Amino acid sequence: MKKIFYQKSILPGYGLSLGITWLYLSLIVLLPLSTLYIKVFTGSLDEFISAVFSLRALKAYEVSFGLSFVSACINSLFGFLVAWVIVRYKIPFKGFWDALIDLPFALPTAVAGITLTWLYGPQGWIGSFLEAHGFKVVFTPIGIAIAMIFVSFPFAVRTIEPVLKDLDPEVEESARCLGASRWKIFQKVIFPTILPSLLTGFTLSFARSMGEYGSVIFIAGNQPLKTEIAPLLIVMRLEEYDYYGSASISVFLLTVSFVLLLCLNFIQFWNRRYLGTI
Amino acid sequence: MKLKKIFMFSFRFILVFIALCFLVLFLVIPLFVVFYNAFSKGIGMYWGNITREETIEAIFLTLKILIVVLPLNTIFGIACAWYITKYKFRGKKLLLTFLDLPFTVSPVVAGTVFVLLFSVNGLLGGIVEKMNIQIIFAFPGMVLATIFITFPFVARELIPIMEEQGQEMEEAGRMLGARTWQILLKITLPNIRWALFYGMVLCSARCVGEFGAVSVVSGHIRGKTITIPLEVEILYNEYNLVGAFGVASLLCIIGLISLIFRKWIEKRDPQNLYRQIHRYGD
Repeated sequence: MKKIFYQKSILPGYGLSLGITWLYLSLIVLLPLSTLYIKVFTGSLDEFISAVFSLRALKAYEVSFGLSFVSACINSLFGFLVAWVIVRYKIPFKGFWDALIDLPFALPTAVAGITLTWLYGPQGWIGSFLEAHGFKVVFTPIGIAIAMIFVSFPFAVRTIEPVLKDLDPEVEESARCLGASRWKIFQKVIFPTILPSLLTGFTLSFARSMGEYGSVIFIAGNQPLKTEIAPLLIVMRLEEYDYYGSASISVFLLTVSFVLLLCLNFIQFWNRRYLGTI
Repeated sequence: MKLKKIFMFSFRFILVFIALCFLVLFLVIPLFVVFYNAFSKGIGMYWGNITREETIEAIFLTLKILIVVLPLNTIFGIACAWYITKYKFRGKKLLLTFLDLPFTVSPVVAGTVFVLLFSVNGLLGGIVEKMNIQIIFAFPGMVLATIFITFPFVARELIPIMEEQGQEMEEAGRMLGARTWQILLKITLPNIRWALFYGMVLCSARCVGEFGAVSVVSGHIRGKTITIPLEVEILYNEYNLVGAFGVASLLCIIGLISLIFRKWIEKRDPQNLYRQIHRYGD
């Protein structure tokens, strides 16, 4: 059987739209990204390993991935809570809160960075209070986590919210009529339905935190081995004219991003199959 | 029974309280901080900060980048959305995945890619040197990095709404003998105008505020390759806090405008935004 790559349509413009789309994508995304891999393959394996898995790089991954994981967890928890409160409960100024959730998307990362650094720093409102109690946030991993939580928070809320809105009240009502307790309904009806979107939100927020640069570098203090994130290390290597080193770390991060994208697609696939069985 | 009711009520109250506390702590206070610091030395000082020569230059450079990037991304967005929603072909899923790339790839990696591509030993470095044009640490490089970060914004707004609207109208137009440009201008574009407009607003906001990718390719040459976010960084590193927050407040206002705009469009076409959010969820 002949494989059909394109089903004919009566609408014109197939060639034109195909051409523009793939040309633009190739020039802007595919060609540049492939040079990164080519650059890395020009070196030997030893060179690559020593660049990607140097002590400094390993520590940077530890900081980046560890704190992204923590902030994605916190975001999933509070993202769910905020989505729940906004969808289910009557609260004053709902429109205001709803619009506010997108603020981290709208606020440039550099602005978020200096704002959070000031706020949690020794002269800021929250920082001065915390420091009086012997608690330091700025230039510590906690500060990095706060910046990551800030920038990736909307992902968590915005993925859960539509699914909660769509949840049919009849399903919950019938569970209630059949004698399920509130906790049981949450556990057996609500949670399984929102689980895929919860995971999607988690993955998106993890990916965003991992790659975040602008807001983190201000608050992190950027001490090698301690509070240096992986994207910053790429910049450092570039500034040292160690192009191979920065390309290697970039390739590593890029590959992780691709894996995360794969996970997202898998969750979507799984969710569709799961919804199909209801 | 009454006890249970009281328990449920207080449970709800606590949930709402925690959620709102989180929002205030993480979103309201930071927003307030920007304007508080920007105006902390009075309006005169604020005005002086945002009308300094460097700041004006940064604003002009940012606008110049926007003028190049926005039309390109809009054309790509319309073409890509048309291609994805009007035809059946293999590889659609892959294409959609590519559109998600800028959301998962670190902006720093995006910048690094272009530095490597146009460096002396890079793939295009030789050609560029022969033609004697400066790409990295100059305007073209910053445009490229910005495009990399913002290319899917318009397309992603258009795809869900075009998917929803189907293609009967266009097909009918075709049957009645409309030409390609007539179908595009008289049928498709009027149908998607709000989504298109909103996509352009999002793209502009992101383009103006982009920091990571642009900072890698800009080289921080004063008066030449400094955009508004980079100007914020420079002022901050010079310990000019009031100045940094003053310039930052400009970016904040742009962000707030895009948020208000979103609300406004949501009122006009409530289904639209809801759908595009939904793409992540299902």
